[in-house]
Amino acid sequence: MTDMELLNWARGPALEWATIIFVVGVLVRFLEMSLLGRKPDLSEARASAAGGGWRTVWRRSIPAPGLVKQAPVVIYAGYAFHIGLLIALLFFAPHILLFKDVFGLSWPALPFFVVDAATVIAIVALLVLLVHRLVNPVRRFLSSWVDYLVWAVTFLPLLTGYLAYHRMILPYTEMLAYHMLSVALLLVVFPFTKLMHTFTIFVSRWYNGAVSGRKGVQL
Amino acid sequence: MSALNMERGVKAMMEQIDAPIASYFNSCVHCGLCADACLFYTETGDPKYTPIHKVEPLRRVWKQEYTFWGKLMSTLGLSRRVTDADLDAWQELVYDSCTMCGRCSAVCPVGNDIAYMVRKVREGFAVSGHATEGLAEAAIRTVNIGSPMGIKAETLKKMVASEAKASGIEIELDKPGVEYLLMLSSAEIMQFHEFIGAVAKVMDHAGATWTISTEAFEATNTGIQIGSSDIARQLVQRVVDVAEKLGVKTVISPECGHAYIAIRWDGPNLIGRPYGFQVKHIVEVLDEFRAQGRLHFDDSKEDMKLTFHDPCQMVRRGGVVEQPRRLLDLCADNFTEMPDSGVWNWCCGGGGGVSTNERAEPLRLKVFSRKKSQLDSIGVKAMVTTCSNCRNMLEEGLEEYGMDMEVLSLTELLAEHLDDSKASKGAEA
Ligand code: SF4
Ligand code: SF4
Repeated sequence: MTDMELLNWARGPALEWATIIFVVGVLVRFLEMSLLGRKPDLSEARASAAGGGWRTVWRRSIPAPGLVKQAPVVIYAGYAFHIGLLIALLFFAPHILLFKDVFGLSWPALPFFVVDAATVIAIVALLVLLVHRLVNPVRRFLSSWVDYLVWAVTFLPLLTGYLAYHRMILPYTEMLAYHMLSVALLLVVFPFTKLMHTFTIFVSRWYNGAVSGRKGVQL
Repeated sequence: MSALNMERGVKAMMEQIDAPIASYFNSCVHCGLCADACLFYTETGDPKYTPIHKVEPLRRVWKQEYTFWGKLMSTLGLSRRVTDADLDAWQELVYDSCTMCGRCSAVCPVGNDIAYMVRKVREGFAVSGHATEGLAEAAIRTVNIGSPMGIKAETLKKMVASEAKASGIEIELDKPGVEYLLMLSSAEIMQFHEFIGAVAKVMDHAGATWTISTEAFEATNTGIQIGSSDIARQLVQRVVDVAEKLGVKTVISPECGHAYIAIRWDGPNLIGRPYGFQVKHIVEVLDEFRAQGRLHFDDSKEDMKLTFHDPCQMVRRGGVVEQPRRLLDLCADNFTEMPDSGVWNWCCGGGGGVSTNERAEPLRLKVFSRKKSQLDSIGVKAMVTTCSNCRNMLEEGLEEYGMDMEVLSLTELLAEHLDDSKASKGAEA
């Protein structure tokens, strides 16, 4: 198989199948969740549950008081990774072209040097988080092989994207093919792992905030 | 026998799993930040006390029973079911090292309400006979006798009579048609009975009508702590029956955090219908009197430097946050907040049934070091609180660490500073 054939397979059938697994998988997970339902709360509310829910959805993005001091690595590297990833994913010109193709929506890209820096930041942050996971007693204790798998499938698209763009190590076409394949892998793993938090985080925050909200607790 | 129990335990957990639980397990990224929120981890440094790890049995049940992937794995025999031995191993984590204080729930970045999960996992433990002995015995006493400490109506009557005598105010028991029904925690009948006299003084001062029932006086709910909705429901029903029989407008939860949660927020859900009366924490009632101008204080404000310990269930989990502060302002001159006060407060270490669990005592006293460092940073002479269980725990902790500090009840403090000459007797608003 030539590099070009590999690339065509990667961005053709491989990504298509991966996307199908991703979409169906995520939908099934949501169905599983919502079928469980939730009993209505019969206690007399002090304030609005929905208000509390929405409040927590955004408020929980800010660390609790004292937490930055207690867990600086997780907080700083966590922010750096998520912001870096979002910039690389959403504001890299070729990605925007792809989104336009698929969803018909587009928005202005950020300059390459910004995307480039964001990618490096995300990569470094992920490496820091990996070391922290291996070294810190709590993180290590909580981690199973799945956590490392998820780390790897998140890391690979960033790394291969960076290398492809800079024409490093492998020829561009071949590296780009690996980039696409790593994205396919990420999409396949997604519905079965904690990567689901990308979506469920809003649900969880809402439920938690709603319980506090109806009691009149602002969290 | 134990296999059957285990089956019931798993079934009980399955019944507890709802959409929020599924979302929480789906969302957890194993960041470990909940550990930093929990005093059982921060004060011991032992990773096994990481909050989300405490509910691992529940996660396994959820995964195997309610996810496609988990079901497939267990059908293929690739995943292990939760066993008796697992629950034995987790008992300490679920009961001894969690006070259901909800601090982790307030910190988790993905929004997991871990205290809610602990409450639910305990259902499985209780049903399958894996609850701790202390709690199980207390639960039996509550169901049979009416109170976890085995206090009978006779004892209550004696205590009430002696408090009525001491305060010079008549306290009428089982009186129908009054506005308020006061509930009590066992500790308030046995150790801190001055609380009863203090309430009598305030009620008399504010001109409010109230009573205590000899049929249902115990406010704490062991069912909630052990994780048995069946027991919890029975206990709530007793209070509801009496309150509706007497026709009171408001049931007062005493100075006890868990009692408040149980009757105020969990109660209607346990009995499956809203109440025909309101439920308020005594501090809420006092604050309403304040707002209505029914409280008058003498000029002798407390000038000792003091602070307020927020009972987790009343404040972070209950939503009564500002009331105690407003009341303290009225009767204390030198009030200082602890670091991490209000909804961010750290637990006394004995909530959620931990205080009833003898085995947990050394651990509970160890993690009191968190409260100690909070207190050390402000250097106060006294600590006011609104939970008799906290009060006990704080006193034991202070003693353990050789700290010289008074622990006071807010209601009692307030009552001491009322100006009797200005009482608004009969002037019901
Ligand atoms: S803080 Fe939340 S996301 Fe992080 S490990 Fe704990 S439960 Fe999981
Ligand atoms: S509820 Fe409180 S004691 Fe229990 S795990 Fe969370 S922080 Fe720790």
